[in-house]
Amino acid sequence: MTHSTLSRISSHWLAATLALAVAPAAMAQEEKTFKLGVVSFLSGGASGPFGVPSRNAAELLADAINNGTVPAPYDSVGFAGTLIEPVFVDEASKNVVADYQRLVQKDEVDAIVGYNSSGSCVAIAPEVEKLETLTVMTACGTSQIFEEIVTEPHYLFRAASHATMDNVAAARYVVEHTPAAVDKLGEIAGINQNYSWGLDSWRDFSASIQVLKNDVGIANEQFPKIFAGQYGAEISALLTARADVVHSSFWGGDLEALVIQGAGRGLFGRTQMVLTSSDTAIHRLGRQIPDGTIIGARGSYNIYAPDSELNSWFRQAYFDRYGVYPVHPAYQMVNAMLGMKAAADKAGEGTEEAIIANLKGLSFDTPGGIVDMALAGGHQAITGTSYGTYKFDKDTGLGTVENIVSFKAECINPPAGLTSQEWIKTGFEGADCD
Amino acid sequence: MKDFDKTEWALVIAFPVLLALMVLLPRWLVNYVQISMGMGLVALAVMIQMRAGLVSFGQGLYFCVGGYAAGMADKFLGISDIFLILILAVAASLVLSGVLGLLLRRYREIFFAMLTLAVSMILFSLLSSSHGLGSTDGFNLPQASYLGWTPTGETGTAALYVLTALLTLTSAALIHRFLRGPVGKIVEAIRENELRVEYLGTSAHASVHATYMIAAVISSIGGVLWAMSLGHVTPEMANWTTSGQFVFIVILAGTGNVIAPLVGTFVLEVLRVYAVEVSPNTWQMILGIVMLLTIVFLPKGLWSLLERASKRSLPHEHAQEQSQ
Repeated sequence: MTHSTLSRISSHWLAATLALAVAPAAMAQEEKTFKLGVVSFLSGGASGPFGVPSRNAAELLADAINNGTVPAPYDSVGFAGTLIEPVFVDEASKNVVADYQRLVQKDEVDAIVGYNSSGSCVAIAPEVEKLETLTVMTACGTSQIFEEIVTEPHYLFRAASHATMDNVAAARYVVEHTPAAVDKLGEIAGINQNYSWGLDSWRDFSASIQVLKNDVGIANEQFPKIFAGQYGAEISALLTARADVVHSSFWGGDLEALVIQGAGRGLFGRTQMVLTSSDTAIHRLGRQIPDGTIIGARGSYNIYAPDSELNSWFRQAYFDRYGVYPVHPAYQMVNAMLGMKAAADKAGEGTEEAIIANLKGLSFDTPGGIVDMALAGGHQAITGTSYGTYKFDKDTGLGTVENIVSFKAECINPPAGLTSQEWIKTGFEGADCD
Repeated sequence: MKDFDKTEWALVIAFPVLLALMVLLPRWLVNYVQISMGMGLVALAVMIQMRAGLVSFGQGLYFCVGGYAAGMADKFLGISDIFLILILAVAASLVLSGVLGLLLRRYREIFFAMLTLAVSMILFSLLSSSHGLGSTDGFNLPQASYLGWTPTGETGTAALYVLTALLTLTSAALIHRFLRGPVGKIVEAIRENELRVEYLGTSAHASVHATYMIAAVISSIGGVLWAMSLGHVTPEMANWTTSGQFVFIVILAGTGNVIAPLVGTFVLEVLRVYAVEVSPNTWQMILGIVMLLTIVFLPKGLWSLLERASKRSLPHEHAQEQSQ
């Protein structure tokens, strides 16, 4: 070995060590990938119904985008040619904020998508603007994010509607599209988990019903603990209260427990049940969900997804890879990632800046229909949603929905500049439902 | 300073070391050092109770009291001064632990563990169902101010880090003094034989009560520091899983020295960070395996490694220490 090769090798080593030590960003630049942090629950009670489906959807979509196999208009490779490199992180952590900082500063991701829990979203929202990294929230439902915490967002986006929509639409479905229930509707009751999601859902639903129909009383409100699993006492209380409509925003295992226990004791037969987040239970429970139950999927997802090429591709690809059909958290993850791809493709370059500039106010197609980044100065999405009543098809052995009503985004989301609470109180001022 | 022992000198030296780390380490790691100090104080509180043979499965209660004192001081009183917040948090935890101590000091072993857990879960449920405090979503905290000075951005982060380091080390030094003092010795005697302690003429109840209150105070300080650095509080702070994590840290680190739980917290955080990176789906399993291996091979925690090493190098000195 000559002296010159030796010195060349050693200088290479020196360069490599330096690059490793001071600027891993320089290495990333060479390979030109778009590093995407994907945060969702990979452990704990929310991982089964929410976290893992969103993680799987991210994994599937990252591969499909990199191979250019997503149907039009997303059939080009990568984010405008830049390949995606996902980094998966568990949201179940005591230090969500520190973990967020780590993703940005240690892993040097170009952007972050995810977050299922509203608590995580509330915690990281101010941090996003401080650390100046594009972050697209996918599933968390709280309306606080842009209404109270980050009022002038630049780096923060949310590609899903907030939870107000689910409950306004549920109330509209009951009052306007369920004649059997509405004629004798005098009192409503609710069973919701005793934490933000449950409390907010019930507040929005009961207020909306009372705006839509005069003189509706509240017969009973139950707020059992999350993950309680046993609802004997609550079901007894609801049975004695004899409300005409019972609302629940239960999800995951709690929802399945409520359906099995409530159906067994005749609660579902006696009152009209409204389950706002129950599409996840259909494939699991099948015939155990009584016919006539009103089913919500937090958007036009899963059973309510439109019959489009994009949707049938997504459902089939997801089924082939994971053996089950995608539920709404998977669709919400796809919304976020396709929004980023649409923005990058529009700009013609797959960089953080380009995506931020073009995602703002963008309207793009997804398997669940059109997502319109309309609120909070173009940072908060509004989508339409659908409700229907459950019907178990004995011939195919599959759960289906009938009397499907789709609501336009403008009908069930507050207009820009008005908080959800104020909007419901004004009697849905400016709602466009035609 | 003449009567400083090895541990106290280590704590004094740790201050400039921590300051140097702030400059030398990458930002994200400094974050973990900082939150580890806040959480480390709570682990320290669990440790001093463990010296008395009492396992607190509800130390999250005071961690949460500290965090919420900081949050509520801003939300309702408009106070963001960290010194005022600390005073409020310490006062709140003193009152609460003073009252609860009257009950808890009468129980030992599993009964103490279960009662502390129960009390902390009461706070968890109360906060989870209080809509004004953001329920389980919690709420965000402001940037800390220091006697009228409100630094922002990098300066703000640095100021809070320096204060956190200072308070953590001072608290650790004071706790070390406490453990070497009369109550500290009585507490260890209680673990060995409580009946004999009473026969010797001191009150076991009073010593346990004092230890419980001191543990509460440093936990609430830890809660304030942790919450201010992350900028967010949730009722999860009072959940038993949080308290369980502190017990985990003490088992991992050992009860041999006040420095052990502080270092142990940081080790556990870094371990968690890399476990999540290596296997995002099953990172708890890695932590569990480490826990098992620690219990099997180092029943007195990681700290016993250090003790073993010093015993080997300085057999005489150590023998003297033991005979003291």
